[in-house]
Amino acid sequence: MIELFLARYVYLFVLLLLAIGLYGVLAKGDLVKKVIGLTIFSTAIYIFFIEGSLQEGATAPVIDERGSDPALYVDPLPHLLILTAIVVGVGVIGVALSLLVRLYRVHGTLDEAVIADRIAGREDMSQETTPDDGTAPSAGDDPGAAGDDQ
Amino acid sequence: MSQLPVLPLLPLLFGAVIAVLAALWRSIAGQITAIVSTALSLIAALVGLVTVVGDGAISYDMGGWPPPVGIEYVLDPLSAFLATIVALIGLLIVIYPVDAAFDLRPARGTPLYPLVLLLLTGLMGVMLSGDLFHLFVFLEIYAISTYGLVSLGGDKGTFAALRYLLLGTVGSGLYLLGVGFLYFATGTLNMVDMAESLPAIADSPTVLGAMALMVTGLGLKMALFPLHVWLPDAHSFSPPGVAALLAAVQVKAGAYALIRILFDVFGPAYTDGGGLPVTTALIYFGLAGIVVGSWLAIRQVDIKRMLAYSTVAQLGYIGLGIGLATPRALIGALLHVLSHALMKSGLFLVAGGIIQRTGIKAIPRFSGLGKVMPWTMGGFAVAALSMVGIPPTAGFFSKFYLVWGAIDVGNWFVAVVVVASSMLTMIYFLRLFERIFVVAPREDAIADASEPSGRVVATVLVLATAILLVGVFNGLLVSQLLDPIATRMLG
Repeated sequence: MIELFLARYVYLFVLLLLAIGLYGVLAKGDLVKKVIGLTIFSTAIYIFFIEGSLQEGATAPVIDERGSDPALYVDPLPHLLILTAIVVGVGVIGVALSLLVRLYRVHGTLDEAVIADRIAGREDMSQETTPDDGTAPSAGDDPGAAGDDQ
Repeated sequence: MSQLPVLPLLPLLFGAVIAVLAALWRSIAGQITAIVSTALSLIAALVGLVTVVGDGAISYDMGGWPPPVGIEYVLDPLSAFLATIVALIGLLIVIYPVDAAFDLRPARGTPLYPLVLLLLTGLMGVMLSGDLFHLFVFLEIYAISTYGLVSLGGDKGTFAALRYLLLGTVGSGLYLLGVGFLYFATGTLNMVDMAESLPAIADSPTVLGAMALMVTGLGLKMALFPLHVWLPDAHSFSPPGVAALLAAVQVKAGAYALIRILFDVFGPAYTDGGGLPVTTALIYFGLAGIVVGSWLAIRQVDIKRMLAYSTVAQLGYIGLGIGLATPRALIGALLHVLSHALMKSGLFLVAGGIIQRTGIKAIPRFSGLGKVMPWTMGGFAVAALSMVGIPPTAGFFSKFYLVWGAIDVGNWFVAVVVVASSMLTMIYFLRLFERIFVVAPREDAIADASEPSGRVVATVLVLATAILLVGVFNGLLVSQLLDPIATRMLG
C-alpha cells in the first residue's frame, strides 16, 4: 500500500489540484479568483503530463556516451506537448485578463454576481448605473487600473 | 495533389496575417483580404471534396515527417464535407456588410477580419488534423479568437466572453487530460495509429477514463446539454455576424471532433459487445437538450436569444444522432450539421438585417416586417420552415434520417420525442410568422424601413437557396457522400 502511494503520490496531488482548480472556476464569486482557479486547473494537467513521462534512473533525453537505449532517457514528447500547452495557456490567460480589465473599467467591480445583476437589469435601469460607473473606485486607488490609463 | 489536405487551411492562416497589415492601411482592405482568402479556401475545400469522394482519403505529412512520428493532415470525405461547410459559411459572413455583421464601423487597424480568419483557421485545422494533440491546439486557436469576437458585443459581450472562456478552457483542459491518458496507454498521438493499438486494451480503466474525459470536454465545446450554459449568452450578446459564425460552424467543430474520435479512434475497439460505452448518455442528454432548448426558446422575447436557445435544441439533435450510433442516425447527424449551419446562419443574418434597418430586437415589435422587407423575410421564411422540418427543406431530411435511425435500433421513444419536438419548434417560429407576415406594420420604425442593403439580401437568399437545394438533392448528397462515410464508420 505504502509502496503504491510512494510510487503514485504525484497523481494524488494532480487530482487535488484539478479539484481545487475546478472549485475555483465554478464556485468562487470573484472573477480574478476564477481565472486563478483556471490557472491551477491547467497547471495540474501540465504536472500530469510531466509526471507521466518520468521513469526511474532515466535522464534528460540527450543521447550521450551511455548509448541509445530508450530506458535510459525520459520520454521527451510530453515535455514538448506541455511546452505548447503552456504557450496556449498563456494566450488564454492573457485574453482573460484583458477581458477582466475591460469589465473592471465599466463596472468598477469584479464580483460576478454584481456584474451579472447589472447586465440582467440593464434594460430598465441603464441610466442609473452609468454615473455609478464613473464614481467607482477605479482610477485613484487601484494601481493596476491607473497604470492602464497612462 | 497530395498537398490538398493543407490547402483549405493555408489561405485562411496567411489571410489572417495579411488582413492585420491590410486593415492598418484601410479598414475595407481587411474585408477584401478576408473575402479573397475564404474564397480560395472554399475552392480548395471543394476540389478536395470532389477528389476524395472518388479516391478516398488523402494524407499529408507536415514537414515531411511520416506519421506516427510527424503530424498528419487527413482529408477524407468526412473532413472535406465539414471543411466545405466552414469555408462556405465563412465566405458568406465576410461578404456580409461589416456594420451589420459587427454592430460597428471598425476604426483603421481594428483586427476584426484577422480574428474571423483565425477562427476559421482553427475550425479548419480541427477538421483536417489527424493528430489528437494537434487537434487540441486548433481547438484553442479557434476558442481564443471566439473570445475576442464575442467581446465585440459591448459590455454584455465581454462578460459573456469571459464566462465562455472559463468554461471553454476547462473543456479543452479535460480533452487534453484525456489525450494524456491515451498517450500514456498507447505511446502514440496519431489517430490511425491509436485506433490500431486501442482494441488490445479496450477494457482498461485508463482508456475508459480517457473516453469519459474527452466526451465531456468536447461536449462542453459543442454545448451539448447540460454543458450548454455558456452558449445562450455568448451567442445572443455577440454581434449578428459573429453569432451566425458561432452557431453555424463553431459549435460544429466540437461535434466533428466527437464523431471523429468516438467512431474512428475508439470505434474499432468496441465493435462487439454493445458498442461504445458513452452512447446511451449521448442519446438522453441530446433528447433533454432538444426539449429544454426548445422550451426556453419559446419563452424568449429577444430574437437573437431565441435563436441561441434554439441552437441548444438543434445541437441536441446532432448529439442524439451520434449517440444512436447507427449508420442512418449518423447520416441524420451529419446532414443536420449542414442544414443547421445553413438555416441558423441565415436566421442570424436576417436578424442582423432587421437590427441594421430598424434597431428592433424584441419579437413582439416585429409586426409587419414582411411587407417592408419581402426578400429578406422570404429568406427568413425558408430558413424557419427548415428549422421546423417542413419538406422539401434541408431540415426535414436531417430529422427524417434521425427518426429512421432511431426506428432502426427500435428506440421508439427517441422517434416520438424528435417528431414531437418539431411541434415545439413550430410554436416559436409560428409566433414570428404571424407577427411578420399577417399583422400590419404598427411602428414608424418598421413602416419607414426598407429592404436591407444588397449584400444582406444576397447572402440571405444564397443561404435560402442552399437550404432548398440541399433538401431537393439530399438523395444525391446522402448516396454519394454521407452514406459511404456512415457505412465506413459504423457499417
